[in-house]
Amino acid sequence: MGTVLQSNSLNNNADPSEEEILALEGSLKDYRANSLWRLMLRRVFRQRSAIIGMVVLGLLVLVALLAPVIASYGPEKVLIGVEPVRKRAAPCIHLLGCPKDEPQHLMGIDGNVRDEFSRVVYGTRVSLFIGFTTTGFAIVVGVVLGAISGYAGGWVDNVIMRLLDVVMAFPSLLLAIAIVNVLGRGLQNALLAIAIVNIPSYARVMRASVLSIKEQDFVEASRALGARHSRILLTRILPNSLSPLIVQGTLGIAGAILSAAALSFLGLGAQPPTPEWGTMLGTERNQVFSAPHLVFFPGIAIMVTVLAFNLLGDGLRDALDPRLASKPA
Amino acid sequence: MFQYIVRRILLAIPVIFGILLVTFVLARMIPGDPCKAILGEKATQEVCERFSREHGLDRPIHIQLGIYIRNVLKGDFGHSIRFSRPVTIILIERLPMTLELGTIAIIVATLIGIPLGTISAVYNNTAVDVVTMVGANAGVSMPVYWLGLMLAYVFALLLKGTPLALPPSGRLTAGLTAVPFYEVYNIFLEPESIKFHLYEFIANLYIFNSLVTANWKALGDVLKHLILPSAALSTIPVSIIARMTRSSMLEVMSQDYIRTAKAKGMPQRTVVFKHALRNALLPITTIIGLQLGTIFAGAVLTETIFGLAGVGRMLFEAITARDYPIVQGFTLVIAIGYVGINLLVDISYVFIDPRIRLD
Repeated sequence: MGTVLQSNSLNNNADPSEEEILALEGSLKDYRANSLWRLMLRRVFRQRSAIIGMVVLGLLVLVALLAPVIASYGPEKVLIGVEPVRKRAAPCIHLLGCPKDEPQHLMGIDGNVRDEFSRVVYGTRVSLFIGFTTTGFAIVVGVVLGAISGYAGGWVDNVIMRLLDVVMAFPSLLLAIAIVNVLGRGLQNALLAIAIVNIPSYARVMRASVLSIKEQDFVEASRALGARHSRILLTRILPNSLSPLIVQGTLGIAGAILSAAALSFLGLGAQPPTPEWGTMLGTERNQVFSAPHLVFFPGIAIMVTVLAFNLLGDGLRDALDPRLASKPA
Repeated sequence: MFQYIVRRILLAIPVIFGILLVTFVLARMIPGDPCKAILGEKATQEVCERFSREHGLDRPIHIQLGIYIRNVLKGDFGHSIRFSRPVTIILIERLPMTLELGTIAIIVATLIGIPLGTISAVYNNTAVDVVTMVGANAGVSMPVYWLGLMLAYVFALLLKGTPLALPPSGRLTAGLTAVPFYEVYNIFLEPESIKFHLYEFIANLYIFNSLVTANWKALGDVLKHLILPSAALSTIPVSIIARMTRSSMLEVMSQDYIRTAKAKGMPQRTVVFKHALRNALLPITTIIGLQLGTIFAGAVLTETIFGLAGVGRMLFEAITARDYPIVQGFTLVIAIGYVGINLLVDISYVFIDPRIRLD
């Protein structure tokens, strides 16, 4: 690509000025043997929100991995007889004037006399797991459906898309509630329900990419060379439709974590004593007037995590969406 | 236009039928016997058989479906298994509450979201823009129920005794009643007639009812009770509308005719509101229509938090209690509402952008 660009410009201008040479070098730098991925990464790193999102996410992953080190207690450790603490006691932070002789509990004590901070820390593991598994599952199924739908066209396309329309016609949380009731309560079924509800959005994104890519010359060329449909889909179309999927997936993780927390809040998702933020909030919601810290901290944890994925997703979209490429960041 | 509307309604029929089918099947796939769920685990087989016969649950599935569709077409959603009352009557009691809450939430979201997004776009990349967009991002990331609980804590407990205190639950303060307008004006209604139920439905729209009957005390109280729930419910829509307004406005503001308008010395106010915003409205309208889904999902959680007897909470309880008729009837009404709103959004395009022709 570099050489083509060079010869073109030089032919047009027999005697290029210094400015033009500099500009040419600049543009060459951008194209020099860089893979698509490198280019994409560089554009992503120019997005402030993407960087903030990535930093926060990195911290969250660290918290999840190092949970046993960061948390002072086990997530299900009942402190009766271990320490002289009251049920639902307010946070005690030594730096903020809590007497030094009392044990420190950054986020207070929950209704079962457990250290809230430790539970929130371990909750990071649960929420990240929820986000990645549900979205991963939804993407795989959605991509397969969308690819078939877009590539095959005709009645196959019609049947698949109308089915997905019906799924999308329901408010997603209500559909998830119904599915969980069919499958039975519990975290695993809640995850499956959220994944099912999210399939249509990935299928649509994939279908749209397939429709635009399958008519392009390089796909035509592959077909002319006798490549099988599966090969065209996997090696030609899929790699070229990844960026909208990545954007949608990142934003989807945020949504999945929120929905899972909502289901757990309603008592349909993770069951106690799992340290899941939505469950923690739900079991203590009637105590909000007497022990607001038990509602406040899990909620903040949900918000920070979801916000990080949203920021990253927004940044990725601004960086990867070709329609927005010309706009200043 | 008329043809277009008719065609859209005809096209919506298969989708609505699909929804009907899915709810019917889903409701029956919920494991567990409705008899045991309603009458308790100790119900004997004999009792359960009679129960099934009474509710038509002993018939083959496809016959149940056929009967159900025939009844729905007649406007009869069946009887709630749990309450032994017609689903239609329960809808009349519950729907107005959710309609009021949802309408207020969407109006608030639009009235705050569009100006915020506009300001953000006009002052692009300034502190105002950054703060607004960080706020909007935080808004979509907040769990509705958490925000609701925190608002209740702040306004009902911390600010108790101050003029800013707000009630954390219910629709009306105990002791106050919103007398139905047909009683105030002595309109005679035949009990159990269609007209009676229609009037009852309208009277259950407390805001409208207290306006019509000039019951200002009740009106103030109803509005006060609605502030916290609608604040919680509108956060996500506000953020989404603000973000969409910003990006749509940025796109329009970068176009040549805006530069021309600015160049010929037109006041910024005119450029922003007359030239830019009007042309940026199309995607904003679409996104406002789509917020209906967020509102309905949020209603389940908001109504649970604030102890409001609306459609969302009823539906959630009905799913849990395996009350098939309510699940089916309510979902169908919600789905029809969905389809209807989206149709309205599409029709509104014609008024927003005269170049668009629907046919």
